[in-house]
Amino acid sequence: MNAGNGFTRRGFLRVLAAAGGALVVGVPARAWAQQDGREDLAILGDSWTALNAFVRVEPNGRVIIGARTPDMGQGTRTSLPRIIADEMDADWTQVKVIALPLGVEDDQGAPRWLYGPQSAGGSTSIPNAWRDLRQAGAAARWLLVQAAAARTGLPPDQLRTEAGWVLTPDARRLGYGELAADAGKLSLPDAGVALKSAQAYRLIGKAAQGVDAPAIVTGQQKFGYDHYWGDGLIAMIVRCPYFDGELDHLDASAALAIEGVEKVLPLPAMPAGTLLGRGPLAAGVAVLAKDTWSALKGRAALDVRWKPRHGGAASTSTLESDAGRALRGAPTTLVRRNGDFAHAFRTAARRIQAQYVVPFVAHATMEPQNCLVRVDPDHAYLMAATQTPRSAFDVVRQITGLGPGQISIEMPRIGGGFGRRLDNDYVAEAVLLAKAAGKPIKLQWTREDDLGHDVYRPFGVHALAAGVDRKGRIVAWRQHLASTSKLWRRGVPTDRLWTSELYPDDPPAGMVANLELAWFALDFPLPRGNWRAPGHTANAFAVQSFLDEIAHATHQDPFKLRLALLGTPRLLPYASHGGPTLDTGRLANVLQLAAQRIGWGSRAPAGHGRGLACHFTFGGYVAHAFEVSVSDGKLAIHRAVAAADVGRVIDPNGVDAQIGGGTLDALSTALNLAITVHDGAVVQQNFPDYPLARMAEMPREVEVIQVPSQADPAGAGEMGVPSAAPALANAIFAATGVRLRRMPFKPGIARIG
Amino acid sequence: MPLPPPTPSVSGIVPEPRRTGVELTVNGERYMHTGDPDMPLLWWLRDVLRLTGTKYGCGVGACGACTVLVDGKPARACLTPVLAARGRNVTTVEGLADPLGRLHPVQRAWIDEDVPQCGYCQAGQLLAAAELLARRPQPSDADIDAIPNLCRCGTYPRIRRAIRRAAAIARGETP
Repeated sequence: MNAGNGFTRRGFLRVLAAAGGALVVGVPARAWAQQDGREDLAILGDSWTALNAFVRVEPNGRVIIGARTPDMGQGTRTSLPRIIADEMDADWTQVKVIALPLGVEDDQGAPRWLYGPQSAGGSTSIPNAWRDLRQAGAAARWLLVQAAAARTGLPPDQLRTEAGWVLTPDARRLGYGELAADAGKLSLPDAGVALKSAQAYRLIGKAAQGVDAPAIVTGQQKFGYDHYWGDGLIAMIVRCPYFDGELDHLDASAALAIEGVEKVLPLPAMPAGTLLGRGPLAAGVAVLAKDTWSALKGRAALDVRWKPRHGGAASTSTLESDAGRALRGAPTTLVRRNGDFAHAFRTAARRIQAQYVVPFVAHATMEPQNCLVRVDPDHAYLMAATQTPRSAFDVVRQITGLGPGQISIEMPRIGGGFGRRLDNDYVAEAVLLAKAAGKPIKLQWTREDDLGHDVYRPFGVHALAAGVDRKGRIVAWRQHLASTSKLWRRGVPTDRLWTSELYPDDPPAGMVANLELAWFALDFPLPRGNWRAPGHTANAFAVQSFLDEIAHATHQDPFKLRLALLGTPRLLPYASHGGPTLDTGRLANVLQLAAQRIGWGSRAPAGHGRGLACHFTFGGYVAHAFEVSVSDGKLAIHRAVAAADVGRVIDPNGVDAQIGGGTLDALSTALNLAITVHDGAVVQQNFPDYPLARMAEMPREVEVIQVPSQADPAGAGEMGVPSAAPALANAIFAATGVRLRRMPFKPGIARIG
Repeated sequence: MPLPPPTPSVSGIVPEPRRTGVELTVNGERYMHTGDPDMPLLWWLRDVLRLTGTKYGCGVGACGACTVLVDGKPARACLTPVLAARGRNVTTVEGLADPLGRLHPVQRAWIDEDVPQCGYCQAGQLLAAAELLARRPQPSDADIDAIPNLCRCGTYPRIRRAIRRAAAIARGETP
């Protein structure tokens, strides 16, 4: 999930210089502009000056800032522009945020990216922005100051800026609006310009309201499928439910007889040699209709049968025994070895073992997949709810053969991503259909399509073993994981399939002298993909549950055992995403904060139990603590605490939302959700059998503690997830004495009296 | 005697054919739906009226993203044929503010508490909350718990706070 950033600082400055005075955003006349009431065009007005690719200033002082990363609820349309606005000392009340499309130009047949990294994944939007977008704000400020210096005859270093004004020592005020035209004619020094010092931040670190909240609550906010393009058709696809299955029989006559249905066509094949990054598209038959209801009726009327392929007999019911068999054999990959586990385990005073089971889960974004595409002979236009617009661009190029300057991709607000929209299978489907139909297409997935044709979080069985010495210290640790790698069918060599499943430097690596991590491949034909904080959700559950089991088996306090394991604050090397180091002191600190807040060590009310867990995810440190009770097989979560150290906080309100929301997302998933497969097809159809938690099941509040930090920001989208499930399992054990080693927990909870 | 050939219309006025359909009111405006009376309200609102604030989430009435009010009562627009709303008043998120554009207390509270994350389920949440407050101006936690609408982003705690704030706004208090 690590977003590639092939965008050097030098290249970035060149872009800034080149874009000064150039029209970059929203302005090229587009074929569909009149049909769709493009708000972005109206916002821009007639006269403004582009100070760089991200910033323009109107004569009246209004500042328009482009947000380059699609917002799927993680708040980047608010946080990214605030980073720029702070550096340029803009008046936030005068800032209007617009969504940037994919910024790409044709550079002699190759794409040249105008805005740097635009994907939303791996919690990288904020760290990336911290690296390069501050420069965009500082450059705008520098140009405005230079213009003011020329206007006043004062040296630039005697001028300062504040909330949209340049101020002179004799208290004259020059507004950004009146300086913009002059500033837009200047060019930047090659060496770049200085960034603010942290003491000078006016917006960074202060709570902000989401810029889109007013539009959302009045129903004016447009998501992808809220757009309608001229004579476009609604497309719905009936897909083969069997993995890699084929069309066996199709009679479209009844569907075509339905008023409003215009075409029925088998989904065209991808051009030979093209790769989607997630394996082939499911075979499908598309119904193209003038409106959604006609498409739904046409879809229901299709007489279609499918042929299963190799996956015809696949079933998750045998996966666990397959995993057991795999775990008894030789590992596919020995991931890490320190010391001599076998000897240390054999000679330990206490030996503890346990297995944890993590099911497949789906993304179930509230907004099902959709995509608008129009393919003209010389240009393709997309409104694509995607987390990876560059990959979507590659898909369009592969299917249409169009050049980099002939593909326009807009990214609307997205109704939830969670990693699902890192894959662009639905974009490929829409482009194939638009090309075949010769008309604009709005592809609409149903919820059934979504649950049945996802890229699922991998299934895994974690076998853990630990040896403890007479003083209660963990001297031997082994994690053997049998799982269906996320990277299967993604062009990754077999000997690297483990890299998405086990992170070799995750705790307790580096903290236990004799340690062994090994991965065992499980074969299964269900497509896999990225699910919020991917492998961390499974590993934190296994590791942090097991630490509790060790503590209880050896009569230690689970909190103190963790602190002892983390040891003295130090930096450990961390090679996976989120590195290069892991600070054990920061992890211990969030654990302590969470423990303190939940009242660890004090007596819990009768029948209540408390549990803790902590984890390091993508550069962020989070600990969870819950207080729960179980009666009549029903769980009550009385208190939920999450302590987070995600480096410097750009927007405390946003971090609160992400960590609190991530906590609930994790609880909902750990309690309720699993995808199962029977006879080669996914069993779950819709929310009734894939029940996301409702309000009544969830804690009434998540107390989020944010650690003040000067460290570079890490993002916050995924860190709130991994430690929540084990903290919940640990709390349930503390309350009931029942250890839940299998997600989802609900069936296990129901068996508790 | 043969009839005279038809003469071209001088005025340009042509008689309009008699139209039949389902009449209903949406956000205070009257409409007639002349298409398939079984078309779900959701798709009629979206595809025909282009009121796209009402969202599709499941099509089986399980998630609440398409919640609208029909004569003040919450309804799942994905399962409600237009015919079932004949002669009734439908309120969507676009019609929650009053005719002067003043936001409904739940809208104000939702902004103040900054409830939305992705925002997709929020239209349904707002209408569910507005209906709850109309029924119970001072809702208990259990009343709020009974709202069945799904949110995957985890905005439930802020929804809870926003409903309390909206109740205070509706009572004329400044929370």
